[in-house]
Amino acid sequence: MGIEVNNLNAWYGDLHAIKDINLNIPKNQVTALIGPSGCGKSTFLRCLNRMHEVIEGARVKGEILVDGEDIYGSNVDPVTIRYRIGMVFQKPNPFPTMSIFDNVAAGLKLNGMRNKKKIREIVEQSLEAAGLWDEVSDRLDKNAMGLSGGQQQRLCIARTLAVNPEIVLMDEPTSALDPISTHKIEELVHRLKENYTIVIVTHNMQQAARVSDNTAFFLNGEVIEYNTTKHIFSNPSDQRTEDYITGRFG
Amino acid sequence: MTSQSLSARKVKNVTMIGLTVIGTILALIPLFSIFAYVIARGMPAINIDFFTELPKPLGEEGGGMVNAIVGTLIVVGISGLIGIPVGIMSGIFLSEYGRNRFGRFISFLTDVLLGVPSIVVGIFVYVLLVLAMGGFSAYAGGIALSILMIPAVTRTTEEMLKLIPSHIREAGLALGLPKWRVILFIVLPSATRGIVTGVMLAIARVMGETAPLLFTAFGNRYWHSSLSDPIATLPVQIFTYAISPYKEWQAQAWAGALTLIVIVLIFNILARVITYRKNH
Repeated sequence: MGIEVNNLNAWYGDLHAIKDINLNIPKNQVTALIGPSGCGKSTFLRCLNRMHEVIEGARVKGEILVDGEDIYGSNVDPVTIRYRIGMVFQKPNPFPTMSIFDNVAAGLKLNGMRNKKKIREIVEQSLEAAGLWDEVSDRLDKNAMGLSGGQQQRLCIARTLAVNPEIVLMDEPTSALDPISTHKIEELVHRLKENYTIVIVTHNMQQAARVSDNTAFFLNGEVIEYNTTKHIFSNPSDQRTEDYITGRFG
Repeated sequence: MTSQSLSARKVKNVTMIGLTVIGTILALIPLFSIFAYVIARGMPAINIDFFTELPKPLGEEGGGMVNAIVGTLIVVGISGLIGIPVGIMSGIFLSEYGRNRFGRFISFLTDVLLGVPSIVVGIFVYVLLVLAMGGFSAYAGGIALSILMIPAVTRTTEEMLKLIPSHIREAGLALGLPKWRVILFIVLPSATRGIVTGVMLAIARVMGETAPLLFTAFGNRYWHSSLSDPIATLPVQIFTYAISPYKEWQAQAWAGALTLIVIVLIFNILARVITYRKNH
């Protein structure tokens, strides 16, 4: 499912965080959003599954077409959109009162799925897909908070995959993790793009270069440059992109 | 850094720690004195009869407070049935939906209600319910106590829910769950322990209330015949017995006080056990 963003604007109260963004995010590829802190990349990401409006005083204007349908259409339920477009957050955030199993099953169970066999199957598949199954298969009923940070983050990815979204958004998924866990998540992103369209926000330039097919450079709420990752990192057209990538600012 | 400044800092450190320890001890002295005194005065009058028999007429030996013990449980039970759900729901509203003008207004009213003296609540219920229903009753007592309970439960529920980090809510919403399910199945369970503690404190608080019950439940030397009749409660019974001139009654008042403390303690321990099990 490709995403087509047309004239997207977003605000926090009076703060104009996203300004007139137009972007085409291709299907089954990884698109990285890079830029200095406060440039609007996370806000943009949150607009893609209507999580931005959850924050008090936040507003969005514009059009985001997923599969040709505007997710900001007047008769679109944000809950359905979030079901189709999953999200992984910066800090691992498993549900603290639930077991490992229940964390992954939460999206299914709480949306009314009753078939226990089916739920088990999906939980196993999702943990498998997130590369966590071998590490937790013997303690599925243990509390999820007992896992390490990296495992928790992969658990959150499994939880997102369990509801079978079409698109997975990742908001700096490795910024709180050590290099080994980061490596595991990056590998995972590589494998996931076969089945999912992935948009990933990252502060880590090497990570963007390693995992993504396309890269968008954000600055002050605008997209300065958007191209294939190869192009952005080898031959950026804009001076500001080059300055940022080479570490001259930001 | 010179060694002198280090030793000065150490002295300061020890002094401050000493002060906090002294403060803690000062705060605990009344608590333990009350316990010790109530146990010392209450124990002599405690026996099987105290928990199984009705009060004896004046002049007769023995008798107990079983009607008041059961009565307290009934009246507090009624107040809990009303106060806990209403309080928890208002707390959920204030924390999850009340970040606007209306919410702040309700929040302010909750604070006001929290500060209303309990005797005022008693008079209020007396005028509104007791006079209207034509007499004192367990219901009126329960409702009076629930009015005291609601703001306390509301406040703790709100505070406990606000402690749950917003990223937990977002994780639920991002799974495509409707907000009410996120609140009910994810946010609320994460706050159970705090909410249960708050509810227990509220119960403990109203269990010892005497003033509002004087106007509402009134008291009864016998078993209440129905919940629409006056009913005996421990605090009122303690009050009546304690101000009486009879040695026997005064001793029983101490026994009643001890019983009240123990009941509150049992409730607290039960709550701990239940929430501990849920989390382990």
